[in-house]
Amino acid sequence: MAVEMLSYIERNTPIHRLTGVTKLVCFILWSFAAMLTYDTRILLFLFVLGIAIFIVSKIKLREISFVLLFILVFLLLNNAAIYLFSPQEGVKIYGSSTVIADFFGRYNLTLEQIFYQFNITLKYFTVIPVALLFIVTTNPSEFAASLNKIGVSYRISYAVALALRYIPDVQRDYQSIALSQQARGIDMSKNEKLFKRLKNAASIIIPLILSSLDKIETISNAMELRGFGKNNKRTWYSARAFQTGDYLTLIVFTLILIISLVVTFYDGSRFYNPFV
Amino acid sequence: MKLSIKTIVAIGIGAAVFIILAKFAAIPSPVPNTTIQTSYAFLALMAIVFGPVAGALIGFIGHALNDAISYGSVWWSWVVVSALVGFLIGLAAKKINIESGKLGTNKIVTFNIVQVLAQGIGWFLVAPLLDILIYAEPANKVFVQGLFAGVSNMITVGIIGTILLVAYGKTRSQGNSLHREM
Repeated sequence: MAVEMLSYIERNTPIHRLTGVTKLVCFILWSFAAMLTYDTRILLFLFVLGIAIFIVSKIKLREISFVLLFILVFLLLNNAAIYLFSPQEGVKIYGSSTVIADFFGRYNLTLEQIFYQFNITLKYFTVIPVALLFIVTTNPSEFAASLNKIGVSYRISYAVALALRYIPDVQRDYQSIALSQQARGIDMSKNEKLFKRLKNAASIIIPLILSSLDKIETISNAMELRGFGKNNKRTWYSARAFQTGDYLTLIVFTLILIISLVVTFYDGSRFYNPFV
Repeated sequence: MKLSIKTIVAIGIGAAVFIILAKFAAIPSPVPNTTIQTSYAFLALMAIVFGPVAGALIGFIGHALNDAISYGSVWWSWVVVSALVGFLIGLAAKKINIESGKLGTNKIVTFNIVQVLAQGIGWFLVAPLLDILIYAEPANKVFVQGLFAGVSNMITVGIIGTILLVAYGKTRSQGNSLHREM
């Protein structure tokens, strides 16, 4: 049951040295830029920049290859589904139709459709390197402190910290419960009928949930005893002070967002149209 | 509004359990390449036990973190829907009042009506609309996706969620279980 997960990878690079707050804000700015624009020029620029930042971070491709593989398969399926459901979406968006191959019905392959799906794929490729980097270069305990700093209430930030802290524990609990229930002959795989399968799943989930609810009780008592939530503010052990690099990075990323929005919406449309 | 310590911890642990269930406890379904997500049944239970705010935040944090650590990117439109579903189901928390330990047929029916409505609004309406708005995906594709996710989640929550609710209710001491001896 070895399911791989992304986690923090320790390195000493300029990216790692930035504070968690800077990385979080930059990641949000970047996501907004990539989400709002459909302008191919901007997307290509962001894509190249993303790759460059990735190289600076010295994260090796094989450290994240399992996720990349998954994403590639997902993108392939997604593209196939878009073509299947809406083969003329590109024609609708770009307002012209350049047929390059005749197929039956509405499935004529047009240059516009290829360009539209190329843009969708590119959109993912602009966000993926930066999102991956954000996850593998931010220390989880600093992440909660960063959330608090950008204005999320510290109670909710602490809930996020708790979630990150308890994922491995819950995973261990789940595995021991699943193994002991399987040893008693409870099967969750395809060999069982569907309704039985659902009932069997419940018999693994119920002990997990009840033990987690006990955990909630214990942890909240411990926090209560230590006076959590008494004051309006709290400090974070792992929070770090801003350096010059942090200010510079924030300014550069804000500029990138503004410029990409200006270029995108300059002609009044989200899409860059090379067909006119 | 101040969250109580217990709610905060419930959100944190709840999000962790949500993630583990989403990653490990997915049951193979008869439809090829699709799995039944048991995590939403758990989300429904937590929303009923801890209320709408906890439900919304468990859905939001759990779904966003799970997307991030397993796929490296967060599909925001569906994360918002998970939060919305948690919130809407949580609105029935007071009515069902599971801590009282009495869980009759009418409460189970209420729970199922609420969960079907909440998920209907979330998966059939909000998810496709956000997909179109943010990702400019073709409308009929996202509505089919939403329809499929919605129906399978409704069935899962209907079966597993109800089992969980009954099991949890049995662990609570009944409101009228103590008598004063005369």
